[in-house]
Amino acid sequence: MPQEGTAAAWKRGMKDGIPICLGYFAVSFTFGMMAVGQGLTVWEAVFISITNVTSAGQFAGLTLIAAGAPYYEMAITQLIINLRYCLMSFALSQKLQRNVPFFHRFLVAYGVTDEIFGVTVSQEGKVSPSYPYGAMSVAIPGWVLGTLAGAISGNLLPDFMVSALGIAIYGMFLAIIIPPATENKVVMKVVIGAMVMSGLFSFLPLLNRVSAGFVIIITTLLVAGVAAYLHPVEEASEGGR
Amino acid sequence: MEGNIYLYIFIMAGVTYLIRMAPLALVQREITSPFIKSFLFYVPYATLAAMTFPAILYSTASTTSALVGFAVALFMAYKKKSLLTVALAACAAVFVVERIIG
Repeated sequence: MPQEGTAAAWKRGMKDGIPICLGYFAVSFTFGMMAVGQGLTVWEAVFISITNVTSAGQFAGLTLIAAGAPYYEMAITQLIINLRYCLMSFALSQKLQRNVPFFHRFLVAYGVTDEIFGVTVSQEGKVSPSYPYGAMSVAIPGWVLGTLAGAISGNLLPDFMVSALGIAIYGMFLAIIIPPATENKVVMKVVIGAMVMSGLFSFLPLLNRVSAGFVIIITTLLVAGVAAYLHPVEEASEGGR
Repeated sequence: MEGNIYLYIFIMAGVTYLIRMAPLALVQREITSPFIKSFLFYVPYATLAAMTFPAILYSTASTTSALVGFAVALFMAYKKKSLLTVALAACAAVFVVERIIG
């Protein structure tokens, strides 16, 4: 099997990292503003973004810090909100080239976000760590710089730009899932089923009290589980993704 | 603020990293179970779809602009445009709609 060079994989990752970077900037800009608003210093806000690289977890962490919550509560909250990364890393463990050493696995783990995971698993065949590295090298600076910009000044970007950039990440997700869904009926059912289910969790009373991170975990386990049970992927088509 | 800010950050980052790292470090071998393989094949679609909807509706300043952006992104994705093109088209649609209804 012809192997793509390290540099080429890295470059492709960087290109796919651009929309992620834009989306991150908008979200982390808000995070930076909120963090300073809660009494953190600019450096503390940026430090959180460098070490965590996760939106929901950071926003939740911020409210816990501001409330002076006990440390164990911080640990449990992060565990629940970010448990979906466990599923993603599990999927990535099968996606990475077999011979990838531990060192790379530890580094790739740092960049397992919804978005970087999304572009990485949508690659054809096995993935070299260079691809996620490329995406990380563009996307994570967007996350950190957005935090810095937001923390320094709430007025750096006009509101209308923050608003328009906010949708970038979701546009990218759709660009990842829709094309395969048009070619595979089961994937289409999975996409629609997952949207309906997370929609129900958001709109129905009582169900809408479940945290966003949990909704994603429950939806994923149920929809992907049912799909795998009813429509096992045939050997021939399983190699690609 | 009560506690030590750096201890909080350390706990946040530590828990989050361990969740991400454990499966990558522990699951080294190729999984052969057809069910688990199929499950992992469907996971990204379920996860990304669940993350997109309904969150996309709240991602901009108004639900109207978000709906238009959503529709534009769906159409462009259906036409198999690149990630960046779809993302920017959605942003542009939101921008235009918000200028109009401003």
